[in-house]
Amino acid sequence: MCFLHPGLTLLLQATCSNGDGGAVHIPDGYINLITSAGSGAVAAGGLWAALKQTGRRLAEKQIPLAGLTAAFLFALQMLNFPVAAGTSGHLLGGALAAILLGPSMGILVVAVVVIVQALIFADGGVTALGLNVLNMAIVTAPVGWGVFRWLMKVLPKTTASGVGATMVAGWVSMIVSSTVFVIEYAIGGQGGAPLGTVFAAMTGVHALIGIGEGLISAVVVGAVLAVRSDLVLGTADLALSRTATAPSGKAVGGIVAAGLAAALLLVLVVAPMASPAPDGLEFVADDTGFAAAAEEHPVGGPLADYGVAGIENERVGTVVAGAIGVGATFLIGFVLIALIRRRRPA
Amino acid sequence: MSGSHSHALHYHGHSPVHRTAPQVKLVVLLVYVFSVVATPPQVVWAFSGHAIVLLGVLAASSVPVRFFVTRLAIDLPFLLFAFLLPFVGADPRVDLGPLSISEPGLLGAWNILAKATLGAGASVLLVATTEVPAVLAGLRRLRVPAAITAIAAFMIRYLEVIAGELHRMRVAMTARGYSPSWLAQTRPMATAAGALFIRTYERGERVHQAMLARGFTGDMPAAEADGIARWWPAMVPALVTAGIAIASRVGG
Repeated sequence: MCFLHPGLTLLLQATCSNGDGGAVHIPDGYINLITSAGSGAVAAGGLWAALKQTGRRLAEKQIPLAGLTAAFLFALQMLNFPVAAGTSGHLLGGALAAILLGPSMGILVVAVVVIVQALIFADGGVTALGLNVLNMAIVTAPVGWGVFRWLMKVLPKTTASGVGATMVAGWVSMIVSSTVFVIEYAIGGQGGAPLGTVFAAMTGVHALIGIGEGLISAVVVGAVLAVRSDLVLGTADLALSRTATAPSGKAVGGIVAAGLAAALLLVLVVAPMASPAPDGLEFVADDTGFAAAAEEHPVGGPLADYGVAGIENERVGTVVAGAIGVGATFLIGFVLIALIRRRRPA
Repeated sequence: MSGSHSHALHYHGHSPVHRTAPQVKLVVLLVYVFSVVATPPQVVWAFSGHAIVLLGVLAASSVPVRFFVTRLAIDLPFLLFAFLLPFVGADPRVDLGPLSISEPGLLGAWNILAKATLGAGASVLLVATTEVPAVLAGLRRLRVPAAITAIAAFMIRYLEVIAGELHRMRVAMTARGYSPSWLAQTRPMATAAGALFIRTYERGERVHQAMLARGFTGDMPAAEADGIARWWPAMVPALVTAGIAIASRVGG
């Protein structure tokens, strides 16, 4: 799970041998023992199901493939992309692995990456291994796969749709993953920070990280679709047409509409879940201490402020703040994409 | 990236800790870290006990303190997060000069600092004293499914190869006049990553073909894990820590 720290990325890269900048997995002591153990059991069950699903196929042909894909994701995770001023995130790859290899293989591959990071690179707590596997592999791969397959059912069957659907799937998988973390924190958090602060910070930061996750996943899938579309399991049964090299206006419109719909749905379903918790978002109202935190989390602050300042009803306020967050995120995303397009000589 | 043969977290040595069988060390690590996490943060003396146990194993391991502390620096980023907690935490608050400090936040910060540092220290010690194939063999002996350890083995074996390939792609791009700057590098690097996936996939197919040619039948050969598989002396640190944790929960 990613906690981002301005300015620390360079320091971390200088000191940390695996080059894991920006994102650090949940350490020991952050979530209490019972929740950690429970998550461990759920994660083990998820891994067992994934193993069962891949079955003999895995043993025969796909073990080298899965191992090499895990190495591929690990290598990609060393490339940091900038998120906001001074911070950076990196690819998690759950949605990407699922779209390329299928949900169960995606789970296995990302889980192995997380396990190796904990036990071989001492990155991420040993007691939190279950939590980390759950958040990063068991959640992201099926969510990414589900969103991708659903979008491909709705969208025209072109490679451009595949790229756009990957972008949305990557973004949604990050948001859901961060939300699962907040749920774990609500059950067994040991930090002492109010749930509302954690929710705002995690979801806000991950809405931004998710753009990077979605963009990189999308371009990777686009590159594979262009050369060897048979390697993308998520579109293997769809026979995508490759008529347009650049996505047509209509396709882009469809992707945007579908993506926005998915994100808004998520806000409507997910955001109110934070409200019944004891703190809700009311913490910002007269919490002078939060000003310091708002500087650290530029995204969490203004949204959280909005949720309280404008609207009395907490639940509605949360949803509105979430919806505005989604809108702002998409706006930022499009500005970023426009910038990239302009910088790239045609 | 890590070094060429054994990775950067490993410290070569022949201490009793090095020679202990990997599955024993993994169990000790698990018991130790779970005991530390189970200790209530209010019981400060218990954490001194946990730290003494860790330092005792460090002393027995012949791993230099400087090496250990440098590797522990992985801890840094979430230590910073912990330092934020006293300021964003819930009421009640205590005034400390011009600052208003949250009491639960302070306790939470201490909780994370202490447990995460001890946990990371124990993990670093395991990796420092155990070769990577031995860790995997230890996991295998603890009944972790063979598919998982086999995937991990392939991942580790080809990590350098694939990271090197990515690096060469980057060098090639730079040599052709591409200069990575802020956000503009996202697209070319991601395109390179797409090409890298295809190369990776095809390499995976070739590796499988090569394995078949050498008589692969679907089962990986069992990895060798030597080491002293005696549980009694090795379990002492784990049992001491578990005892401290129980005492701290019962006695307070």
